[in-house]
Amino acid sequence: MDMVRQIEESWIQTRKKELPEIHPGDWITVYWKIKEGERERIQPFTGLVIQIRNQGIRTTITVRKVTEGVGVERIFPLYSPLLDRIEVHRQGKPRRARLFYVREKVFTQVKIRERKPKNQKQPQDTDQSASPSSNV
Amino acid sequence: MRGLIGRKLGMTQIFLEDGTVVPCTVLEVGPCVVTQIRTPERDGYRAVQLGFGERKVKNTPKPLLGHFAKAKTSPKRKLAEFRDWDGELPQLGQTLTVADIFQEGDLVDVTGTSKGKGFQGVVKRHGFSGVGMQTHGQKDKERHPGSIGAATFPARVVKGKRMAGHMGNARVTVKNLRVLRIDKTRNLLFVKGSVPGHRGAFVLVKKVKQQLL
Repeated sequence: MDMVRQIEESWIQTRKKELPEIHPGDWITVYWKIKEGERERIQPFTGLVIQIRNQGIRTTITVRKVTEGVGVERIFPLYSPLLDRIEVHRQGKPRRARLFYVREKVFTQVKIRERKPKNQKQPQDTDQSASPSSNV
Repeated sequence: MRGLIGRKLGMTQIFLEDGTVVPCTVLEVGPCVVTQIRTPERDGYRAVQLGFGERKVKNTPKPLLGHFAKAKTSPKRKLAEFRDWDGELPQLGQTLTVADIFQEGDLVDVTGTSKGKGFQGVVKRHGFSGVGMQTHGQKDKERHPGSIGAATFPARVVKGKRMAGHMGNARVTVKNLRVLRIDKTRNLLFVKGSVPGHRGAFVLVKKVKQQLL
């Protein structure tokens, strides 16, 4: 591996363990620190991960949500100190890595199959019957 | 000026506390061995000669082997002199590391050989804007220099007129770069901004005497 990549890797190692595993198609909340003058607060942003750009310390994720009929996309640098934490609500299993096609659709029309969490091996029948193909 | 020889590893970025992203160059600096001390009495000037990087004995010329033997060190790949060394002079054969010379927050000058660009036209080499028009009687002249002189007087092209020619592969110094971070275990220096040369190229890093705030 390239020396610079190794150095970057050593910087983000600890942070990588703190953050949950994120995939395109996941429904997540990003808690982003915002400074308003003196005060610092944390702003949540809930949406669908439509893109992940893996570039070492420059890794970014693009999260899309629709607010009052207006589509909003935010690009978060994954290893920024301003990123407080990430919560994964639902894991999707899309057929492609970049979900740009969701922009042309209403969210209720977007159907992404759900990914079964890896650590829970037993299939949960109650969940599946509620949403066989989840409307993201 | 105090300084060390190093190697450019490449560029990356650093996040500051407030989330600001700062572009930076990673340099592998030192450890350097003092191979000779130049004194005003013998050489007419004060300087410290340093060696950096390992070199096989079979690839080293005999006269240089003798030079390294004097400093009781293995042959080095790169030698460079640092004139007017500030403060106390180091000992012959002494090893200097990043932490001996630099601190986080220091300003440094970085000298290197810029990437060779070959024979380039005036637009790339000197930033000319070209003749600039596709119409008004112009044809095939978008990147030309235009007129290079006047008329009967002076009846010649002035010396130093900027024209097309070889670009790059020249000694370039970038001044006043901020040291953002130091890695003592890996001998790394993280410097804000860009530095001349390709990855793996040798660079001279000098500490700026007048440290501005």
